[in-house]
Amino acid sequence: MSKLIFEMSRPGRRAFNLPETDIPQKSPTELFDSRSIRKIDARLPEVSELDVVRHFTELSNRNFGVDSGFYPLGSCTMKYNPKINEKVASFEGFTDLHPHQPAESVQGALKLMYNLEKYLAEITGMDYISLQPSAGAQGEMAGLMVIKAYHEERRDKARTKILIPDSAHGTNPASAAVAGFDIVHIKSNEKGLVDVDELRRLSGKDTAGLMLTNPNTLGLFEKDIIEAAKIIHGCGGLLYYDGANANAILGQTRPGDMGFDVVHLNLHKTFTTPHGGGGPGAGPIGVKKKLHAFLPVPWIEKRGSKYNFNYKKSHSIGKVKSLYGNFLVLVRAYAYIRTMGKEGLKQVSENAVLNANYMLSRLKDTYDVPFGDRCMHEFVISGEKQKKMGANTLGIAKRLLDYGYHPPTIYFPLIVKEAMMIEPTETESKETLDEFVDVLLKINAEIEENPEMVNSAPHTTVVRRLDEVQAARNPILKYDFPE
Amino acid sequence: MHKYIPNTEAEKKLMMEQIGINSISELFSVIPENLRVGDEFNLPSGMSEQELIVHMRELALTNISAYDLKCFLGAGTYDHFIPAVVGALTSRSEFYTAYTPYQAEISQGMLQAIFEYQTMVCELTGMEAANASMYDGVSATAEACAIALVSNRKRNKIIVSDSVQPETREVIKTYMNGRDVILLEIPFVNGETDYEAIEEACDDNTVAVCIQSPNFFGIIEDMDRVGEISHSYGAAFIVNTDLISLGILKPPAEAGADFVVGDAQPLGNPMAFGGPHLGYFATSGKYIRKMPGRIVGETVDTEGNKGYVLTLQAREQHIRREKATSNICSNHALNALAATIYLSLVGKEGIKEVALRCANNARYTQQKLLETGKFHDMFNKPFFKEFAVESNTDIGKLNKVLHKKGYIGGFSLEKKFPWLKGGWLIAVTERRSKADIDDFVQKAGDAV
Repeated sequence: MSKLIFEMSRPGRRAFNLPETDIPQKSPTELFDSRSIRKIDARLPEVSELDVVRHFTELSNRNFGVDSGFYPLGSCTMKYNPKINEKVASFEGFTDLHPHQPAESVQGALKLMYNLEKYLAEITGMDYISLQPSAGAQGEMAGLMVIKAYHEERRDKARTKILIPDSAHGTNPASAAVAGFDIVHIKSNEKGLVDVDELRRLSGKDTAGLMLTNPNTLGLFEKDIIEAAKIIHGCGGLLYYDGANANAILGQTRPGDMGFDVVHLNLHKTFTTPHGGGGPGAGPIGVKKKLHAFLPVPWIEKRGSKYNFNYKKSHSIGKVKSLYGNFLVLVRAYAYIRTMGKEGLKQVSENAVLNANYMLSRLKDTYDVPFGDRCMHEFVISGEKQKKMGANTLGIAKRLLDYGYHPPTIYFPLIVKEAMMIEPTETESKETLDEFVDVLLKINAEIEENPEMVNSAPHTTVVRRLDEVQAARNPILKYDFPE
Repeated sequence: MHKYIPNTEAEKKLMMEQIGINSISELFSVIPENLRVGDEFNLPSGMSEQELIVHMRELALTNISAYDLKCFLGAGTYDHFIPAVVGALTSRSEFYTAYTPYQAEISQGMLQAIFEYQTMVCELTGMEAANASMYDGVSATAEACAIALVSNRKRNKIIVSDSVQPETREVIKTYMNGRDVILLEIPFVNGETDYEAIEEACDDNTVAVCIQSPNFFGIIEDMDRVGEISHSYGAAFIVNTDLISLGILKPPAEAGADFVVGDAQPLGNPMAFGGPHLGYFATSGKYIRKMPGRIVGETVDTEGNKGYVLTLQAREQHIRREKATSNICSNHALNALAATIYLSLVGKEGIKEVALRCANNARYTQQKLLETGKFHDMFNKPFFKEFAVESNTDIGKLNKVLHKKGYIGGFSLEKKFPWLKGGWLIAVTERRSKADIDDFVQKAGDAV
């Protein structure tokens, strides 16, 4: 067990010094009213610089990233995060820019953002992009607010409902609720796709829009998308594209051409910006021309050779975050797109889809495959068979930890029992895929022999299986300092 | 073959054989023909790493950054010093290439770091619990309003003081747009919350009152008073604050805050042209199970060893879907890690020293500016690291002149408050020396 940084604290030790100053220094009591002053020190640690370095280095050793090993976490697109992107995003000319500097002093930053908007518009087939949203979920919220504002502007106030398939990411219904919509769930059909008849039945004058991930979370392309778009547009609604799975379609097909009116992209998935142990990401949104006036402000305009922010937009939904977007994430995504180029992006989707189908073909005889033997960039298998033998999907996932892998996404999508959602990405080699598949087959054999061993995994990690129930029942959310 | 894609032609062939296809395009045959991207895909061709670095360097050098200029601009984003250790540790790829720590057994590093972060945020704010981070201070504030609203469904009025940063108020408005809520903004008086107007606006329908202290103008507000008013009407009290200020200023918990939120960019995160920054979110015990976002909790493993997990997940979108308390999924964990490392470095004494140095520097700068006779104190109120002066000059032009002389000048208040013409909001961090300040003041005085 690593000590907490607070437990390493020794009075008087320090890791920080300010420069000397010639400005006369007054104490807090001389500067402020006594009612405004802090009386008891915050118990921050007192440690040396080397203490800090060793502590967080040790913590990093107890963490697993894409650089540590294979990370086939479905719907998360855990591909390689290129080092050059980290380097360019650390240039002072990007990191040390104040967001309120005069526009003439940040022309490089504005140009980068302007061109990134153009590239993302081309990739998605949309007319305009806003780089502002901080993450996919905030992009969803902003995009849905655009849809809402559009209907309101047309005085079409009865449109209160968003249709969402039961296979959708949890953020979809959550974002729709935040944007003030009621949610109508659409059941998937036996092929794992949106049931077009059901869609026709559920859509109508109260439909504000349909949220769809394509390929969906089962890794299946919604092949009836044109028909679905016709139905939704026919009744006056709009189509929202959840771009979490855009890695499957890069350079192959575009949401704008499928009939979507609003999209978001997760730059931290499709465009290699690192996930950061939970974030930051970036969730730009794109819209068709008729929705341009509703996008968040500001947007970047180019006049002659000069770039500037423009805050004028007749029906903008306002701002969804401070300032302009997660700029340093945008820098990385821009660098990636410039590195890959149009030919490279097509190879990304080709190899992502090839890798997923290869794994699926090797696993399908051992694990249940609920929705056929073809997929796009990811696929879902079920551990039902293994459960009957005595070990559940959680056990399989934890057993994978013993073999040095990050497990797939588990128990999602909700419509598949004992689900394991596997997304290899294009940056993994055939050997890696083979080794991982071999381990999954081996775990199946282990279950046949000794399911309890799998159920009690992991056995080799720095801690064993952790008690989540106790953590939630009796929450300990901060260090309890000794008196 | 691209360097990020390892499949060789021979391997692709083997893989296709295994799948039972003759070409990769068969895998895309499910996409209707008329939806396929053809040759018109209009993007530039790929660049080698050598070419890319030259191109990116060019873009970066087209900007003039606070690395080359001395920054007196704040308005929500601050030029604090970042020790080299912060970047050295956050760039360890076991941290930055990981996903959200769902698999606790191989994510103890990030989980423990967030647990330490939550503890530090609680220590500074005086609150009982903090989450693992939000996108930025403005969304954290908007989420606090949302949580207050869903915690008390019989009421729907939210009161926000206009001395709260304008962008925060704009984003609260956006977030509240889809909800049945009355959002009331109370104009400030002389740069400070109008306490009497707040009291007048409060009623039995008021669900939350939100202020910022130090406020947008740097002024320290009477938190006690607003806390008391809020609570006497049964409303939640939301305080947005700068964690650096809490090195020397009173923790909002002592004024009865129910939610303490804000932007923790000043703690070890670069200004980054506005993002990614770091939203922090702390609350009192009764709202813990309504908090948005990830939360890390301590627990034990099957052998009784201490460990950390994501906890109270029943609040979150992946479990509760449309009934979740927030839609947030990705957060700003890496920025929270930077803040944790920063706070570990400055430590118990350093946080006080940084705060005090900022306050003394700001005080000195104000005094010097007033001494020129060209600038006047705008509000004449106690402030922390930022203050407003006014002059009868065009602030945009003044900033341009200063820019040429090596300075990033203050925020022109007229941009957000048309009636505050000639208002200049100056932020002074611990990075500014006496020589910087003296020269800045002289150049500013000369330019007016």
